[in-house]
Order: sequence, then structure tokens, then C-alpha cells
Amino acid sequence: MSENPVFTQIRSDLSANDVVLYMKGTQVFPQCGFSAVVVNILNNLGVTFKSVNVLEDEDVRQAIKEFASWPTIPQLYIKGEFVGGCDIVKEMFSSGELQDLLKDKGIAIKDAA
Amino acid sequence: MPIKAEEIVTMITTAIPDARVNITDLAGDDNHFHADIYSESFAGKSRVEQHKTVYAALGDKMGGVLHALSIKTFQTK
Repeated sequence: MSENPVFTQIRSDLSANDVVLYMKGTQVFPQCGFSAVVVNILNNLGVTFKSVNVLEDEDVRQAIKEFASWPTIPQLYIKGEFVGGCDIVKEMFSSGELQDLLKDKGIAIKDAA
Repeated sequence: MPIKAEEIVTMITTAIPDARVNITDLAGDDNHFHADIYSESFAGKSRVEQHKTVYAALGDKMGGVLHALSIKTFQTK
């Protein structure tokens, strides 16, 4: 079976951007509570990220679930790697793991203190 | 079409027999749930893998009739 053609677009977005969030709505107007939580966390850390609004593209919405073998949106990627959905990102933020991961990957974050 | 909390628990424990599931219907609408899931089978798995095990148990319900389920997994000994 040939690969889903949308994967090419996903890969190019992931390689062109350190932090990518597939979400419902936009950074300014998230249209789902779970997406909003992840946007708030990234904003809180002062991380610049690319967001892809899956509500505007049904093909990407389906393909991204297949891509990560993950059935839900939002999905956060750091340096091309799938980090998790809302629950995992929230847990990692509370424990400081997310901050460590970003620093390890050389992505600038705002100091909390 | 809503889904009952008991159905979710049954699906999870069918796939992960030792799992203990504490489920909360967050809004009382059979639509927004949170589940804490405890299992020995999470040992050695990353969080993403643990959550994938749970999603696999829920099959096509997740993202379908089951719109909003937040989960937290705990590895028990």
C-alpha cells in the first residue's frame, strides 16, 4: 500500500519548524478546550510554534491521526517527534519534563521565575 | 450518541485485564470524562505508549462517539 500523500506535507512542516501543534482552531482562537490548554502552556513558556488548524483541512485532520497512530487532536511535535496530546503535555508541564525536553532540544523558553 | 461511563470501563478492562479505572463524568452529560487508569502492564512503556494502549482498547469510539476523554495512566507494582 502506498503512503498517505498528506504525510509529505506533514513531514515538511515538522522539519521546517521546531515546535508544531496540530490543533482545532488557531493560536488566537482555539476551538476546543484541549487545544486551548496546550496553546496556553506553550505561550506561558514563551515558545514560538507553528500551529496547523485541522478544522480547515479534513485531509490533514485524518492523516495526522494515522501519522502518529494517535486518535485525537491536539498533537504536539518537538523537533519532528510526537510528544503527546493534551493530557501528556499537561502532565509534563506540571512535572517540568516539558521544560527540560525543550531545553534539551535547544528551544528557548522563558524562565519561570 | 453518548456513551456510558461503565461502557468505557468495560472496554478498558477487557483489553487490559488488571487495570483499575477511576472514571469521572466531568459534566454529567455522558460526553466529557476523565479516567485514571492503574495497571502493571504500563511498566517499561513511555507515556505515549501507555496512552496508546488505552486508545487501542477503546477502538473507534475514541474521537468518534467518545469526544472528550482525558486520561492519566499510572504504573502499579
